[in-house]
Amino acid sequence: EGAPVSLVRARWLQSVVISVTPSRALVDETFRVAVQNLPPGSPVTLHSLHRSEDEDLWEAFGHYVSDSRGTVSVADDFSFGGTYTGKEAMGLLWSMSPVPGSREGLRLRKKNVCIPQLVNISVYGGHVEEGFGERLPLASTLTERWHLGPGVRRIEISERGVRGTLFIPPGPGPFPGMLDMWGGGGGLLEYRSALLASHGYASLALEYFTAGELKSADKEFSYFETAFNIVREHPQVIPDRVGLFGLSLGSLMASYLAAESSVIEPRCCVCVSGGHLYPRGANLQQLFRAYSSHSHKLRVDEHNREIWRSINLPIPEDLSQKLDVGKINCPMLLVNGIDDQNWPTVECAEDMAHMMRAAGKEHLLTRIEYPDAGHLIEPPYSPHSRATKFIKDVILLWGGQTKPHADAQEDSWRNILAFLQKHLYCTQNPKAKM
Amino acid sequence: MDRKRCCVKLSVHPSRGLMDEKFTVLVQNVLPGFQLTVYAFYKCEGGYSWEAFAHYTASATGAVNVSEDPSRGGTYSGVEPMGLMWSLRPVPGSKSGLRMRKMNVQTPMEVTISVYQGHLTEGFVDQVPLAAVVVERWYMAPGVRRIPITEGGLTATLFLPSGPGPFPGLLDLWGGGGKLVEYRAALLASHGIAAMALDYLTPQITKETGKMQHPQILGSRIAMLGLSFGTSVTLRMAVYSQVIKLRCAVCISGSHVQPIDGSVAQIMTSFNDNADKTRFNEEQHVIWRDLLMPIPTDASLKVDVGRLRCPLLLVVGEDDQNWPSYESAMDMKEMMQRAGNEHLLTVLSYPNAGHLIEPPFTPSARASAFKTISNTPQTGVCVFMVLWGGEPVAHSVAQEDSWRKTLVFLRVHLSSWAISPDSRFIF
Repeated sequence: EGAPVSLVRARWLQSVVISVTPSRALVDETFRVAVQNLPPGSPVTLHSLHRSEDEDLWEAFGHYVSDSRGTVSVADDFSFGGTYTGKEAMGLLWSMSPVPGSREGLRLRKKNVCIPQLVNISVYGGHVEEGFGERLPLASTLTERWHLGPGVRRIEISERGVRGTLFIPPGPGPFPGMLDMWGGGGGLLEYRSALLASHGYASLALEYFTAGELKSADKEFSYFETAFNIVREHPQVIPDRVGLFGLSLGSLMASYLAAESSVIEPRCCVCVSGGHLYPRGANLQQLFRAYSSHSHKLRVDEHNREIWRSINLPIPEDLSQKLDVGKINCPMLLVNGIDDQNWPTVECAEDMAHMMRAAGKEHLLTRIEYPDAGHLIEPPYSPHSRATKFIKDVILLWGGQTKPHADAQEDSWRNILAFLQKHLYCTQNPKAKM
Repeated sequence: MDRKRCCVKLSVHPSRGLMDEKFTVLVQNVLPGFQLTVYAFYKCEGGYSWEAFAHYTASATGAVNVSEDPSRGGTYSGVEPMGLMWSLRPVPGSKSGLRMRKMNVQTPMEVTISVYQGHLTEGFVDQVPLAAVVVERWYMAPGVRRIPITEGGLTATLFLPSGPGPFPGLLDLWGGGGKLVEYRAALLASHGIAAMALDYLTPQITKETGKMQHPQILGSRIAMLGLSFGTSVTLRMAVYSQVIKLRCAVCISGSHVQPIDGSVAQIMTSFNDNADKTRFNEEQHVIWRDLLMPIPTDASLKVDVGRLRCPLLLVVGEDDQNWPSYESAMDMKEMMQRAGNEHLLTVLSYPNAGHLIEPPFTPSARASAFKTISNTPQTGVCVFMVLWGGEPVAHSVAQEDSWRKTLVFLRVHLSSWAISPDSRFIF
């Protein structure tokens, strides 16, 4: 290329502008990515890059063509290729995957919620498929994605034997409360509670066994009841408006508490990718032993990834192997992915509905099931991983296809927030002295 | 337990934004016709409390949208989407003469927005609001880099926009109070301009012969933006500097009146020579606008703007009580008309706006305490209650409008053909 061409390119180079609006947002908020001052009708690649807390690089990209005014708007234009296609305002986030050459089985999870996720959004000339690191973008900008809204308070809880982190919304309160439980991976994961608090719920992220120590989990149910009471008794929590939120094993715990506890009365319950298979009277240790006894049913796929869903199929007829969901007295929202390869969540949901109907409690149940969504239904726009490392080097197949799974995350979160709003905040206008 | 409390839904969107971005405050789930007060509270870096508030009546759907609904009273009235920011004032009982200026731009301003039942005008601290949220207001966009500069005897801070560059460059000069104030440069970098805030009064520079040392990294073609005394320096550089070739200049609330021979320090002395023209209003606030009046006809007493070769944007408040900025702008226009370079000039003149035309939504005050840097060791630092002028609503309009137009002006005139092969900056 001769000097005149590079001068033209240089001029083009300096005036291209990329913007992300808003540049700082909560992780469940949408943004608008726009590029201006491109030559009209020119092919460009929009690219996102994120370095995780574990130092892995995640990226996504879409191929666009600028319009007659030289602009590209991700929210309004079609991506013709890349890690996502079509009109996808948030594709640069939910279609992220580890960059080529990364370690296997990675999952993106925020540990420190007090600082945002930083995502670099760039625009490259042409339709690029790889080697982004070796090219110079035309323009790039940084955007911050937060789990924690301004003014939300984070309080470490270590009392009455309970370990967790409580997030309280800003303001005088009092607020509805939540007990938030994750799954079999264990440890303390704060990000969903931080987000729930940013939406007005005082939420306790509960640690009920150490990360990776599922087999030695030995907490009795009184542990969960005590945790619930810690939320309920907090001066800024409305005592009769505390709900339960669980995913996977946490969802099973939530259902157990709703059905069996004589100590606590959850106001409502959100169960994501859970079930009701539970030997009656068992504690956590006995539960795992019961599951392990079926491990001969474990399958692996062609990549040696473990498929657990058939371990507990078919759903037993024997009532002593299942929670007595007919005893549940609060509204339940069940959110499941039809392609869940880890747990037969849809079959469980079906059976739960049957049991609740028999007990005259069907009106309490709401079921949402998403085709081609997998087990790990997380807050919106987080990347989907079909299989990841679970404990040690075992890779589990969670299921789901990226685009339908992303849609499920977005849609279910909206439904979950509406469900919580309905049952934990008033909907009717109060008769107040005005 | 008051159930009513848990029903009121208050939100501010975006909850994290730049200082010059608007937000929407929404109150929902109250009864139609419900009277409420929206209240903003901010504790500044100096530890002083600031507040703003407005009275609203909920719509038939039980909601209040501050961006669309009229305030019926408070620190602002009518439809004012950002009134809760620009009408912030020190709480009753505060020290007098306060001015809000964020010195640490790496952290956001955290403003608490609350909603109270009824139309309150005082005693907010003694009441429990129905709800409260926090909104963060940032001067630095994500990815903007802050680089303190101390080489060459300079005290400056460079803000680089996010991205690979190259970026147009700008030198940002404040006024006679000295001190390094970074927030405007930080905001400009958030808009894609590499901006350097320069403290040109406290270091050696006042002792220089009027030639300003300029950092190599900015190259020889940049823009310059000055407010108040910063205008005096900017105009001098724009017209007379052999070293700095300005791409364009923005001058806010200043004047071209200065002795053109002599150093920057001597400009200040010349003002002091006219100190007897100082006036005072009924509250004993200092009015300094007459020190440069009348605008001289003697060419040696003002920058010869007829020789200007780059575009110039003048921003003036017609109620400026500190400098005769409007009269100066009119005189500059006339000089340029006679010289035939008037096409380079744009004047933005705002009725009822005062002297301190700051970035949008910055609270303004008609008067505040002002410390001057004295160039004679004997007098030292003096503190005055200075009258800036300006009526709050009109002044806020001037800030919002002039900022928008300044950004457009800079973008238009900082586009360029040539790029230095090894530098991030364009020429």
